[in-house]
Amino acid sequence: MDDALTFYGTEIRSRLLLGTAQYPSPQVLADAVRAAAPDIVTVSLRRESGRLREGQDFWGLIRGLGARVLPNTAGCHSVKEAVTTAQMAREVFGTPWVKLEVIGDADTLQPDVFGLVEAAKILSEDGFEVFPYTTADLVVAEKLLEAGCKVLMPWGAPIGTGMGLNDVYALRSLRAHFPDVPLVVDAGIGKPSHAAAAMELGYDAILLNTAVAKAGDPVMIARAFAQAIEAGRAGYLAGPIEPRDMAAPSTPVFGRASFA
Amino acid sequence: MRVTVVGAGVAGLVAAIELAERGAEVEVLERGARLGERACAWAAGGMIAPWCEAEAGEAEVAELGAEALAWWPRQIAEVAVEGTLAVASRRDQADLKRFARLTERHEWADAARIAELEPDLAGRFERGLFYVEEAHVNPREALPALLRRLEALGGRVRFGVEAAPEQIDADAVVDCRGFAARTDLPELRGVRGEMILLRTAEISLRRSIRLLHPRIALYVVPRAENLFMVGATAIESASRAGVSARSAVELINAAYALHPAFGEAEIVELCADVRPAFPDNLPRVERVGRVVRVNGLYRNGFLLSPAFARLAADAVFDMTETSHETDRQRRIA
Repeated sequence: MDDALTFYGTEIRSRLLLGTAQYPSPQVLADAVRAAAPDIVTVSLRRESGRLREGQDFWGLIRGLGARVLPNTAGCHSVKEAVTTAQMAREVFGTPWVKLEVIGDADTLQPDVFGLVEAAKILSEDGFEVFPYTTADLVVAEKLLEAGCKVLMPWGAPIGTGMGLNDVYALRSLRAHFPDVPLVVDAGIGKPSHAAAAMELGYDAILLNTAVAKAGDPVMIARAFAQAIEAGRAGYLAGPIEPRDMAAPSTPVFGRASFA
Repeated sequence: MRVTVVGAGVAGLVAAIELAERGAEVEVLERGARLGERACAWAAGGMIAPWCEAEAGEAEVAELGAEALAWWPRQIAEVAVEGTLAVASRRDQADLKRFARLTERHEWADAARIAELEPDLAGRFERGLFYVEEAHVNPREALPALLRRLEALGGRVRFGVEAAPEQIDADAVVDCRGFAARTDLPELRGVRGEMILLRTAEISLRRSIRLLHPRIALYVVPRAENLFMVGATAIESASRAGVSARSAVELINAAYALHPAFGEAEIVELCADVRPAFPDNLPRVERVGRVVRVNGLYRNGFLLSPAFARLAADAVFDMTETSHETDRQRRIA
């Protein structure tokens, strides 16, 4: 069955995108990547290390994972910071891809959607292929597409909370409004069942980091997430039955022998 | 048996003492002009916290680290066995629960118990985890104490000597150069750490305090003369450049969250250095000919140097039976 997923013209096989931060060690990260087999890993660039060109050892490890690198602008609180970080990341990793984060609130790490749209426009015009980390707001999504984005990454819940899908209605309506735009749930996932639920809504992929890195056994849960995402995708494609109020017998009732 | 140890950081000095105690004639060569000048141990927290450190690592860290709790008080007097207290703000209780789940040998402390353990933290935290067996040292007292102990055992340190381990004339060489050995250990990487030394007379603490936080994990280690060591960042970088403004802000903010008095404290020192680490963040002992390399102690120099000194000494004394044999081995236990 042809079930291709394409980001900016690049065909992607795995529907799991894995973040590379906060693992107990680079070795555990490498083992988790092997277990989950993502096509894409995200990596954040601290601006000071980018400037000094001294995170090279770690970036070498990241490149050695064999997955495509999606640099992010994690921790940027302004348009200017995010644009500068994206430009630095393009130089370091040699890719036009960037996961764009512009944080608006330090406590919830909620995206500053106004800054996000502005930065997305600047970067798209500069030749970047932008993956914006956004809320599930429909109008913001429209503006991001207008700004040049061809992928959207709405949150399930705030980063690192593990709460799952906080606003299923909003996620569902995003999916319905943009049937042809690749949609990735980014942030808030805690358990494999959350990821499966998002895939069953018709989302194209899931981006995870904390849920794997901070789990008791990151490698085992990485595998579990890969399985859940695959199951959720298949569940969506297969066309699940509609829920109903009354029982529908799964064995035929007509023609049964009667012993009354 | 004549053994030369290269590097007078915590790994080198502890290995030298272990070797001297086991009968070797030990000389330590140190490139720095004086103790601590070029050692990342000088910037360390000096925590001997095997159970807390198991959170970030493998079970081996707790197992091997437990040896340190017996080793340090046996060698030097400057050890504070006061335990560790881990706390988290109300909204970060999930981090405390996770920490409890991933570590052992702790007791839950409620507000009353926290007030009893650390009166100056009374009323600030509702729950915490107390690791009663853990200890800490001040690296700037501990390294000189190790040096005195080594000298008492007949060993000595020569400062201002840079040497390639393979070219040293001795029966065995123990390479404890840390990140400086990178050219010989291609898997070694640097992990930058930054710390701040604060002085305030407004509060006193008995033990290391860990403030759990989803982004900025912080510890505060009390030292003599109203000093507090606040650490530490862990940045994937081998840069020794000065502490960045961002890191300083993050560390000071976290210290301020632990107790507002830190906001009024004097900044005595800002310090950055590079920890040597292997990809699994666990140390290794490796032997090539008569050179034994101990490296990758990462953030656990004070915690794991006793166990790895023992393994290094095992490898050195093993040489007398299997001399000229070239073997490469990685040993964790």
